[in-house]
Amino acid sequence: MTVPFRLALAKMSPRELIDNPVLLVVEVGAVVTTVATVLDPSLFSVSITLWLWLTVLFGTLAEAVAEGRGKAQAASLRTLQQTTTARRIAGAADRVATGGLMTLPVEEVPSGSLRAGDVVVVEAGERIPGDGDVIEGVATVDESAVTGESAPVIRESGGDRCAVTGGTVVLSDRIVVRITSDPGHSFVDRMIALVEGSERQKTPNEVALNILLLSLTAVFVLVVATLWPFMDYSGIQPSVLVLAALLVCLIPTTIGALLSAIGIAGMDRLVRRNVLAMSGRAVEAAGDVDVLLLDKTGTITYGNRQAAELLPVDGVALVRLAGAAQLSSLADETPEGRSIVDLVHARGLAADATVPEGAVLVEFTATTRMSGIDLPGRSIRKGAGSAVATWIHGTGGQPAGELDEIVERIASSGGTPLVVAEQVGDEPARVLGVVHLKDVVKEGMRERFDEMRAMGIRTVMITGDNALTARAIAEEAGVDDYLAEATPEDKMALILKEQEGGRLVAMCGDGTNDAPALAQADVGVAMNTGTSAAKEAGNMVDLDSDPTKLIDVVEIGKQLLITRGALTTFSVANDIAKYFAILPAMFVVAFPQLDVLNVMALSSPESAILSAVVFNALVIVALIPLALRGVAYKPAAAEVLLRHNILVYGVGGLIAPFVGIKVLDLVISLLPGI
Amino acid sequence: MSSLVPALLQVAALVALLALTVPPLARYLAHVYSAPRHLAPERVVYRAVGVDPDADQHWRSYLTSVLGFSLVGVLALYAFGRLQQHLPLSLAMEALPADGAFNTAVSFVTNTNWQWYSGEAALGHLMQMTGLTVQNFVSAAVGMAVAVALARGLARSGAQGRVGNFWVDLVRGVLRVLLPISVLGALVLVVLGVVQNFDAPQVVGTLADGSQTLTGGPVASQEVIKELGTNGGGFYNANSSHPFENPSPLSNLVEVYLILLIPLAMALAFGRLVGDRRQGRAVLAVMSILLATSIGLLTWAEMAAPGAAPAAAGGAMEGKEVRFGEAGSALFAATTTGTSTGAVNSMHDSLTAPGGLVTLFNMQLGEIAPGGVGSGLYGMLMLAAVTVFLSGLMVGRTPEWLGKKIGQREMVLVALYVLATPAVVLVGTALAISTDAGLAGQQESGAHGLSEVLYAVTSAGNNNGSAFAGLTTGTPFYNTLLGVCMLAGLFLPIVFVLALAGRFAAQHRVPAGAGTLPTHKPLFVILLTGVALVVVGLTFVPVLALAPIAEALQ
Repeated sequence: MTVPFRLALAKMSPRELIDNPVLLVVEVGAVVTTVATVLDPSLFSVSITLWLWLTVLFGTLAEAVAEGRGKAQAASLRTLQQTTTARRIAGAADRVATGGLMTLPVEEVPSGSLRAGDVVVVEAGERIPGDGDVIEGVATVDESAVTGESAPVIRESGGDRCAVTGGTVVLSDRIVVRITSDPGHSFVDRMIALVEGSERQKTPNEVALNILLLSLTAVFVLVVATLWPFMDYSGIQPSVLVLAALLVCLIPTTIGALLSAIGIAGMDRLVRRNVLAMSGRAVEAAGDVDVLLLDKTGTITYGNRQAAELLPVDGVALVRLAGAAQLSSLADETPEGRSIVDLVHARGLAADATVPEGAVLVEFTATTRMSGIDLPGRSIRKGAGSAVATWIHGTGGQPAGELDEIVERIASSGGTPLVVAEQVGDEPARVLGVVHLKDVVKEGMRERFDEMRAMGIRTVMITGDNALTARAIAEEAGVDDYLAEATPEDKMALILKEQEGGRLVAMCGDGTNDAPALAQADVGVAMNTGTSAAKEAGNMVDLDSDPTKLIDVVEIGKQLLITRGALTTFSVANDIAKYFAILPAMFVVAFPQLDVLNVMALSSPESAILSAVVFNALVIVALIPLALRGVAYKPAAAEVLLRHNILVYGVGGLIAPFVGIKVLDLVISLLPGI
Repeated sequence: MSSLVPALLQVAALVALLALTVPPLARYLAHVYSAPRHLAPERVVYRAVGVDPDADQHWRSYLTSVLGFSLVGVLALYAFGRLQQHLPLSLAMEALPADGAFNTAVSFVTNTNWQWYSGEAALGHLMQMTGLTVQNFVSAAVGMAVAVALARGLARSGAQGRVGNFWVDLVRGVLRVLLPISVLGALVLVVLGVVQNFDAPQVVGTLADGSQTLTGGPVASQEVIKELGTNGGGFYNANSSHPFENPSPLSNLVEVYLILLIPLAMALAFGRLVGDRRQGRAVLAVMSILLATSIGLLTWAEMAAPGAAPAAAGGAMEGKEVRFGEAGSALFAATTTGTSTGAVNSMHDSLTAPGGLVTLFNMQLGEIAPGGVGSGLYGMLMLAAVTVFLSGLMVGRTPEWLGKKIGQREMVLVALYVLATPAVVLVGTALAISTDAGLAGQQESGAHGLSEVLYAVTSAGNNNGSAFAGLTTGTPFYNTLLGVCMLAGLFLPIVFVLALAGRFAAQHRVPAGAGTLPTHKPLFVILLTGVALVVVGLTFVPVLALAPIAEALQ
């Protein structure tokens, strides 16, 4: 706790506060009251002065705490930046053709001197000296220092898994890496800057809000400044101390103090979910997103087909089909095979789940397009309809009549039919039934899309599947629209079309061919497993490479904006109670009848003013956790959100200070001398 | 309690009249400000002035036109005032002093109609008719034009900052809206007994064997535009309490109706101009809530008559006309201060202290309840922008309003707008209260004295024009101070409004969705009302506490 306090004290210098006019005014007020106190000390004036200084301190503390949370993370990231010796392949940068690079002579250079375009070779146990793309070889890499994920990942040349991050460690094999960043501009450099908040620039909305706060401050400076002649005229000796206290209570100190902390904490929340936003602007834009483009595979569906249904034919018992399907899949380690076993278990149809003695497994081959198992006196096959039919014909059998119909139905619903057949002894083989394999939509996706819809966000599923399959999955998942057989160009065209209508588009992607679309989208989340080009193009990187994270990003963006609005409303609503505390206290000398306005029945004018000042300071501290955490956010329609937040922060902001000031007054009135 | 029945009856009649006529007028207004065709007389004007009526002006050019046109008006009126003894139909009136001529010129051009002089005793017919009556029309039309420009800015998409043609808006406002209604209204007023002639002053013998000079004149024609254009400058110093201007409770009701007609219709016209009539109804709702509240409070204050003197006299009838009674006076007072009219049918100085507080607060709201013919709408829209900004954040989006983003540049303009008028009023009042020249004109000291000065500066700064009386303002100090307040109080806000209109017009419209803040629902109406009350309350409560509040609680 001492570190943030030290930081907060440093931030109290006027030069630091120039960016925060509200706190600067508080500080000026504190200086004025300090002078007034020195000239005419009393317990009251000392207390007011002390609390005004505390108000400034608490104001800077919020930002210091928010920044402090990033410091630890930055420190661990810095360890990645130690200079190591890199082995640069001389002259490789100029070579057009790649391949055979590993055999070229190398020179040893410090990693800090590598420039974009240099080519280095890295072997097992070595640290990758800079960000880059693998251009030759394949290796497992430990990226835990960056992503927090301990399982090693595979990085290989070509394709969408070629990007490596400087500072990560090669665990096996040997790769050649083309460096893509200059010193000081690496991914880790950017991460450090982000989590520390050192390069933080105010986002457009933050600037706009600051302007509103500035104008409110200006109004209150005017109000208080002109109050001097008004009081003078009314026969009340104006007190600099009291006017300064009034001013500090009226200007929006709460939001003024917490505004930058809210921004830093918003970025921090993203970082905690392993998303790195390259700019605060992107986080803000996330709150405004109207259209969400989601890749089907891995985002909406698990990305592999799973058994969903068992459909027996010709009066075959379900148990028999299940038993055969299970038996043929026990030794099948493909996800499809495992999913069949799981389905049979889940339906309670499981028989003995071990491979019997003497069984011979029939592997899947591209020519047979079947797999299966041969038991003594019994053979089971499963595979594509036509392949199984060929096998049945070979044994002299005839596929069942209704088979075609079932296969057709499954195919047209976007699924994959897997026909199961068996041959007992030398009899002709016969079809037992069909296993319906389908791309299974992840659990809870429909609910999430419903939430998105409530928030006014349209979801569009992007898939390479044909229109038939795409529509089936889109309906099942509950997305609003889909783009089937999508090429990167289609994706780009869709984004442009939406943006032309004034909509903000968010998407995620990993491949190099996604890069233009990522750059064009208002919020582009690149997967960390993706290529450098994709990571460069997007304005966020998801270290977990989890495409559903996009939904979290949108929610964090909204939460950030709501927190700002809520605390501003709270801050302004607070002023009403403060007037009821301070104005009667100031004017009651000349106009005893104004004591009617002292609705809180505060014990004395001094106690009333001090209570308001103390409340004003303490409320900042009390709200720091809220600013850092963000207000509770549950996706809902705008109207619902607004009503809720107005009730909590508007009406709450109206009532809270009446209670708070009264309680403080009860305490303060016990102090002798006030 | 017997007086409560007529009080309610007159409000009921007013509401019925407005309900019948405001919606069709709104439809007509929207048509006037968007129809492509020009009428023959309008073409004549455009040719005479040398403007291209089909040119779509950039907001800067629109603003330059507004300012240029107003400057010409100020100079012309100033010249009329200084030279009136040489002009025909002058009734042998003397030239106005320089500060007085400046004040009067500014006053009429800014639609304030603050009158430091006694109309019938200082101005000849020519000055009254050509100078003041003409300005009564055009200054109102300027206000409406600015409001329409802001509505256009919101309605357009990607229009490169173009907000319409000022000259067309001005000419149409006068020829198609104000003139026809004025002609009808003047006839009605004449029927109801308002004077209209060109006679020389008549000297009549009084019952007490003395003699009295009665100045007649084109009263009805000025009366109607005085109310319709929310101007407020009376032919007579006694304004609408003068029996020649406002002879009966019925004419009183008609005048109140005329005051409210256009400001309320502009709210609905706004909805039509932005292509979403619900938006206009929401604005109308906020205006109506504020207006109804102030009428109710003011009527209560006057009829319940808190205070020692009224209690002793049996009613708060000091400064009121017997023919209007407390309710008729309260209705007029609330209406004239809630709009930027400033006509009076009773002496606001003599209102009960809470009644005086309501009139002051009405003006300090920035003339939005329902405000001047144009300033009411644009004032309300600027506050709506503040409300949208705060509530827009609270729904988790960067604030947008009718598909337009309120970003940093927009916020600067809104913030400056919100700051401008309170700054004028507070600084002006402080200046008056802390200088000998300012204090010299005071009739009373203490809380009521502060009320008097605050009222005068508030009235000038908000371009209302009504006076609290009690304060002698025809001095060089007040003529100059209030003149500057009127200028700054009108044109500073207009600069920000038009700049904002231009920025909105340049933006591309963002389509609305379920996540967009709805600005037409009851919740938004409540919020906008709340923001207006809180923003103004926080600004003015301290000084109000020292003046009418302290007085009221005595």
